[in-house]
Amino acid sequence: MIDANRAAYLSLLREVEDLYYAEADLLDERHYAAWLDLFTDDIFYWMPMRKNVPWEARDQDTTSEDDIAWIEDDKATLTKRVRQLETGIHWAEEPLSRVSHLITNIRIVDPVHELREGEAMRVKCRFFVYRNRLETETDTLVGRREDTLRRDGGTLKIARRKILIEQSVLLAKNLTVFL
Amino acid sequence: MKSLNGSARALVDTTAGEISREIYVNDDIYREEQERLFARAWLFVGHESQVPNAGDFLVSRMGEESVILTRDRAGKVHVFLNSCRHRGMKVCRYDDGNTKSFVCPYHAWSYDLDGRLIGVQDFENSYRPPFDRTDWGLVEVAQLAIFRGTIWATWDKDAPSFDDYLGEARFALDLGLRPWDGGDGETEVLGSIQKWIVPCNWKLIAENFAGDALHVVSHRSVDMVGIGPTQGPGRRDDYGRPHLAAYPGGHGVNYGITPPVKERSNYTASPVTAAYFQRCWEKRLARLGDKAGIVPLIGTIFPNTSFHLQQPRTILVSHPRGACETEMWRIYLVDKEAPEEAKRFLRLYYIRYSGPAGMTEQDDMENWSYATSASRGRIARRYPYNYKSGLGTEAGRDPVIPGFATPRNTSEQNPRILYKRWAEYMDAEDWSAL
Repeated sequence: MIDANRAAYLSLLREVEDLYYAEADLLDERHYAAWLDLFTDDIFYWMPMRKNVPWEARDQDTTSEDDIAWIEDDKATLTKRVRQLETGIHWAEEPLSRVSHLITNIRIVDPVHELREGEAMRVKCRFFVYRNRLETETDTLVGRREDTLRRDGGTLKIARRKILIEQSVLLAKNLTVFL
Repeated sequence: MKSLNGSARALVDTTAGEISREIYVNDDIYREEQERLFARAWLFVGHESQVPNAGDFLVSRMGEESVILTRDRAGKVHVFLNSCRHRGMKVCRYDDGNTKSFVCPYHAWSYDLDGRLIGVQDFENSYRPPFDRTDWGLVEVAQLAIFRGTIWATWDKDAPSFDDYLGEARFALDLGLRPWDGGDGETEVLGSIQKWIVPCNWKLIAENFAGDALHVVSHRSVDMVGIGPTQGPGRRDDYGRPHLAAYPGGHGVNYGITPPVKERSNYTASPVTAAYFQRCWEKRLARLGDKAGIVPLIGTIFPNTSFHLQQPRTILVSHPRGACETEMWRIYLVDKEAPEEAKRFLRLYYIRYSGPAGMTEQDDMENWSYATSASRGRIARRYPYNYKSGLGTEAGRDPVIPGFATPRNTSEQNPRILYKRWAEYMDAEDWSAL
């Protein structure tokens, strides 16, 4: 017999999985405008850089919030990225790349079993993103997301996203793929 | 092709404005470039604000070489080859930090901050004269220069001084590295370095920044969307009248010239930044008068150090990794005295513009990489690139801006002078021929 809290937790976890899998489909099927709706209006979308550090400074292997990042967007800038793709003349993504997002290791970090309207929780997951464009150009972007999800109008929305890629020197020539 | 044997000039016809594709894709030419160009020229290494205190270090690059930029206990800045003198191991593999010495992980040879070899394992028992530790310090650059906070070095003791190397292009760097108020205050590097790899020849990047206004059409998508420091379309504030200047040392600068009006409306998306800029502008007007409106917008210091020195404000070094591979390193600059809110606003503007996720630069990488790959074929190599824009329209000297000027910013005069200088380096046996 599964207790009520456990059942609520599993239901919430399932809701998080649904969000991430739906997000992956929206991105890979290029429904970018709909993808933007998954974020709250105060989204902080942040992809810091990674550094080569010694063991004793292991907590500094990621650039801090006041440092240069790969990406640090609010909703307005994220929306501009989408609008740039939609111009049809953003040559870095024209012709279109082919992308698959694999999302795994999903874990609710906070000790919650339900999320009421306006409440937020931290969620971690891993991503494996494969991108191929034109003929042989291929990027494999592997890393971690640390999200804050908030219940907003009944649904789960992404209020904060920190993206960690396991590369210091970025091996891709650009970052036109949303992670 | 085994060696150019003094034939680089035949590949680079700047009079006709035609340049052979071989110089962008040929592996033998690439190897010769490492010897004749990168081992001789002055290269950008870093900025003083990256190593402010004794013991601070930063691992940088000079072309293909990994180097350590450090500050010793006396406050002197050094640049060393990052390779142990014993068996070649990288003595430092951390990006930056502070240390008392550099200890090689392989056999524990250790070096002081000034490069002296201070520790050799089993020294007392196993090493006899004439072995002398003072002969085996870290390899240091032959010359080092600090110019308004920027640190430059060359491996060649016979190279001219950095000032002579810059020639009249000194005007651009001097103006662009001052704070916005045009005074002698400090600019500083904003945080960490963006590093990423692009499958292209490094020269395509260098020439793009040296002066290629024709390529702005490729940025139309970002201009439509509008990412500038003011609301609305575009990606920069009005920079005035463009003005190209080329320098015989191979440097090229695209200046913007604004009339010395009292009020400027820049950075209006951030009231704090706009107010700071206006205060600076008033001081700049008082200091520089008619020249206050001259800004080195974009340029390349030969061979591979490029910059934007207004909007955004950043230095880019295109480190070669192979004929068809380049590692881009980008740092961002702000006035040290700027308000924190202005620094934050600028940081966000800079990185939505530049870098691998920069909405402007993304398209550049696409252009450079597929221009390189589409030039590799045996048939493609038969056909030169075309650098003819503006041929015959050069105006000569300008009364205000030093250098060889052209009234048309769409002229390709700056890339032409960069490649003319490139060929001179490739053909010259020594500095007397340069």
